[in-house]
Amino acid sequence: MSEKLYPVSITVNGKAHAAEVPSRLTLVDFLRDTLRLTGTHVGCEHGICGACSVILDGAPVRSCLMFAVQLDGCSVTTIEGLARPDGTPSVLQDAFCEAHGLQCGYCTPGMIVASHALLESNPQPSEAEIRDAIGGNLCRCTGYQQIVDAVQLAAGNLAKGAK
Amino acid sequence: MKAAPFEYTRVSTLAEACELLSEHGGDAKLIAGGQSLVPMMAMRLARPAWLVDINRLEELKHVELRGDALVVGAAVRQCVIERNADAVRSLPLMNRALKWVGHVQTRNRGTVGGSVVHADPSAEIPLVACVLDATLVLQDTSGRSEVAAREFFFAPMVTAIAPEQCLAEIRFPVWDAPRVGCSFEEVSIRHGDFALVSACAQVALDADGKCVRAALGIGGASPFPHALPEIGAMLEGKVLDDMLIEDAAVAVAGLIDPDGDLHATAEYRRFLARMLAMRVLKAAAEDAAGKGAK
Repeated sequence: MSEKLYPVSITVNGKAHAAEVPSRLTLVDFLRDTLRLTGTHVGCEHGICGACSVILDGAPVRSCLMFAVQLDGCSVTTIEGLARPDGTPSVLQDAFCEAHGLQCGYCTPGMIVASHALLESNPQPSEAEIRDAIGGNLCRCTGYQQIVDAVQLAAGNLAKGAK
Repeated sequence: MKAAPFEYTRVSTLAEACELLSEHGGDAKLIAGGQSLVPMMAMRLARPAWLVDINRLEELKHVELRGDALVVGAAVRQCVIERNADAVRSLPLMNRALKWVGHVQTRNRGTVGGSVVHADPSAEIPLVACVLDATLVLQDTSGRSEVAAREFFFAPMVTAIAPEQCLAEIRFPVWDAPRVGCSFEEVSIRHGDFALVSACAQVALDADGKCVRAALGIGGASPFPHALPEIGAMLEGKVLDDMLIEDAAVAVAGLIDPDGDLHATAEYRRFLARMLAMRVLKAAAEDAAGKGAK
């Protein structure tokens, strides 16, 4: 028996995508499997690890904790949408490389999405504010310190006018 | 895909949601923020045949001062109440509590009402509702009814709400006194995880520093958010000195009957309840003392 499909139209990284999806398809599976935007990672699939973080209508959320069908008409930004328009890394992404804010890379898209949302609302965060902003994202490699360093480096570079 | 298949309907009015609940009963589930329901569906601990989406209902998104209460629509997001000026001013205890609720990403999506009806005994928002003696307004096809938060929670995820009812709003009483202080503390394995034990208190002091009103509650140590009006009665009319606060904390430990589990023994939970009760009472008293004269 084939499953009932529901029409949705979701704008992802500025581009509108229309599709027919089963109701139980999560947003992260829609991004990865339907749109083939595999930058957003799937970790725990129940809202603990933060690897699937995306920006929904301006705010960071977990894309495994919502069904695509719920987001008809909404606008989502994924890690792919955070690079510069020519596809080269953003200031924040550069800072993650520079400060060695990643090792295996599994948590990195979520970390960058969470940090990006922080810097958008608070361009000069304190260390405590950075740790709070990435508090919902698990990393098993770095011990977090280099991630905090990377966000601080990015904040400094952005303040100096880096684009 | 991890959840079991379900039929999905996004309703445009609360009345429509109530119709669907009345039609499908226990086979239907409401979804708003989904921050508790979707993990349960992913683990197939919940497998509703119908999902009724109330996430976009504007009629559930009001935050307003009405009489002596702050009225919060059930689908108001936690991040909204965290920043709402009326809520920050009139419901400081909620603001303290929200710092402990999940993470930025979950508060951006999760709702105040969703946390209440999910009824995790260690959740912060239900505890605030019980401690402040909030009233829950439920709606079904026959109209609205009210239930006190303190009579709403029976056991983990078991409440007084019927399958055909929807939580419409929560009325949090506002303490209209010049010197009100509050505090929320908890111990968890990791910040944002479920609390092993949580405690919160709100006190009001008169101009001489005497306690005129006090409320305290403990989360995570009972099968429901546990308001302890006995402690309020013990403190009212007295100066909240260290000795009295320690006596109150000992009384707290005697009033609860925690269970042990994989994460913490019953004894450790009782110890935490005593220590946290002491801390929140001290902090709330200091917070209140810092306001107004003398």
